[in-house]
Amino acid sequence: MFSAMLGEAWHAMGANRLRTFLTMLGMVIGVSAVVLMMAIGQGAEASVKRSISAMGSHLFVVLSGPPRMGGARTATGNAPSLNVRDANAMSELYGVVGVAPVTMGKGQIVYASNNWNTDIIGTTPEYMDIRGWRLSAGYPFSSSDTRSATRVALLGKTVVQNLFGEDADIDAVGKTIRINQRPFVVLGVLESKGQTLDGRDQDDTIIVPLTTAQRKLFGNQLPGTVRQIMVQAESDSVMGMVEEALNSLLNQRHNIREGADSDFSVRNLTAIANSAAETARTMSLLLGAIASVSLLVGGIGIMNIMLVSVTERTREIGIRMAIGARERDILLQFLLEAIMISIVGCLIGILIGVSGAILVSVFTQAEVIISSASVLIAFSVAASIGVFFGFYPARKAARLNPIEALRYQ
Amino acid sequence: MQQPVISVKHLYKAYRTSAGDFPVLKDVNLQVLRGDYVAIMGPSGSGKSTFMNILGCLDMPTAGSYVLDGYAVATMPADQVAKVRNQTIGFVFQGFNLLARASLLDNVALPLVYAGVSKEERHARARVLLEKVGLNKHMHSHPNQISGGQQQRVAIARALVNQPRLILADEPTGNLDSTTSEEIMAIFDCLNQEGITIVLVTHETDIAEHAKRQVRFLDGKIVQDTGASASSAENANV
Repeated sequence: MFSAMLGEAWHAMGANRLRTFLTMLGMVIGVSAVVLMMAIGQGAEASVKRSISAMGSHLFVVLSGPPRMGGARTATGNAPSLNVRDANAMSELYGVVGVAPVTMGKGQIVYASNNWNTDIIGTTPEYMDIRGWRLSAGYPFSSSDTRSATRVALLGKTVVQNLFGEDADIDAVGKTIRINQRPFVVLGVLESKGQTLDGRDQDDTIIVPLTTAQRKLFGNQLPGTVRQIMVQAESDSVMGMVEEALNSLLNQRHNIREGADSDFSVRNLTAIANSAAETARTMSLLLGAIASVSLLVGGIGIMNIMLVSVTERTREIGIRMAIGARERDILLQFLLEAIMISIVGCLIGILIGVSGAILVSVFTQAEVIISSASVLIAFSVAASIGVFFGFYPARKAARLNPIEALRYQ
Repeated sequence: MQQPVISVKHLYKAYRTSAGDFPVLKDVNLQVLRGDYVAIMGPSGSGKSTFMNILGCLDMPTAGSYVLDGYAVATMPADQVAKVRNQTIGFVFQGFNLLARASLLDNVALPLVYAGVSKEERHARARVLLEKVGLNKHMHSHPNQISGGQQQRVAIARALVNQPRLILADEPTGNLDSTTSEEIMAIFDCLNQEGITIVLVTHETDIAEHAKRQVRFLDGKIVQDTGASASSAENANV
């Protein structure tokens, strides 16, 4: 009996094709808008999230300075107030899983006839774990390289491309390059990390052992000092505690009295990134909410047409009742029609939304994510709109008085 | 001893209007036995249509009892009344009342949809009945493609498809010319000979003469019943 009713609903839809199509259009637009907006929103969210995970998770960066030079303050990080022993002490703190002192500079790199100018990071092997940075070829350097300040280097993708050409990761390993005229052996090539949130190319970099950078590349005013120390906490929940511990440890080690200006600053990188992710999430929610308004409008369109349809088919309803249709048979018949319109509209909408999302990603290079969840949500919302807005007209039909319905002209 | 198909006792029906209750049926009593063939006559406004609606379970009496094939319809819940309409009664209307969008086959099979019969059986049974009324060649046509007489024959086939105890026909020839009317009445006569109880409303005497028994309504009351003696004899025994 149910299949017979489905068939009838299908026929009823076909009886007035233009009207059915126009009614459906509201649904189609609503669903495709929701699918498209969610795809774009989730894409933006995902690209922000990827930037965050590229940075490393649960990260603090402890910067040296601003140092006190009499009354005048110089720029943050200008004269390093942190040193490797501070880093060692930090690694003893509860909740800290990794510490990497970092010193940075610029360098001119030469290989054969190619040359390139890039950022050079001098750090310890822990840096790789903290940043979650893997190699696409070769090996990382070890703590023995840091101890003996060997001239080894890990090259970022952009550097490899500029010195060795495209897809030359494997070729680059083992080659000798020159950094600021000094020969370095390429130990490995870093996996691509893409851009930071502010558009800086993270792959345009070279990583060398901390000691090598300090003694053989940049020289150093005070041996062992570093510009910054990266600290990784165990989890999100201990971030606050670790931040406090870092502050009190460094205040104590640098003999800074309570209330006095400190010569370092602890920055929570994850918090900045999280707020960016939060913004993206809010945006995607907002887009979804705006799109759902059109779904609502589509639903009202369905209700309107179903009411017209019930009036037009009053006599038919009377006939059906006279030959034995129960109230719920009539209710089901009209409800099925409404649901069918909204579901067919929804399927078309999903199709348009998905192809729209693909077009957007092709033409704007923006990332879009079409998740099965968003499609499912759109589908179930559309079905419930069919039920919700179809119910009132269907009930109106079911409650008709058969005698009056039969007399209706 | 036969149980009556229709047993109406002290039936009243009043319509509520702003000017107070307007009585349409006043103390109507009627017994129709199995196999009977009754023509209900009367001028318009005499209450015969209202009576027919009550017999067809489309309307409920204000007071009195109506027992259809052993069911006290007036006290039954709506869904069961629908079932009675579906399985005990076959309706034939003046205006044919076929579904314009459905084929003749689907029109005839429609009551079986609400009886929960499978599609194959629905079509098989509808086919047999279309054949019986001589329209098996037009099975897949639509109502607007055939004549009024043919439409009424389809309506009769639809009324018969669920093998009802009772056929209720409300002015079945009212929209037809006299030749076609005779054809339709021939079908009813034939059905009655097969043992189906028929009650029809008409205001044409020659149509009413096809029936075995004529009941005349005037002013909401039965004023003449040619089968009254038989019926009252039954009454005594019930």
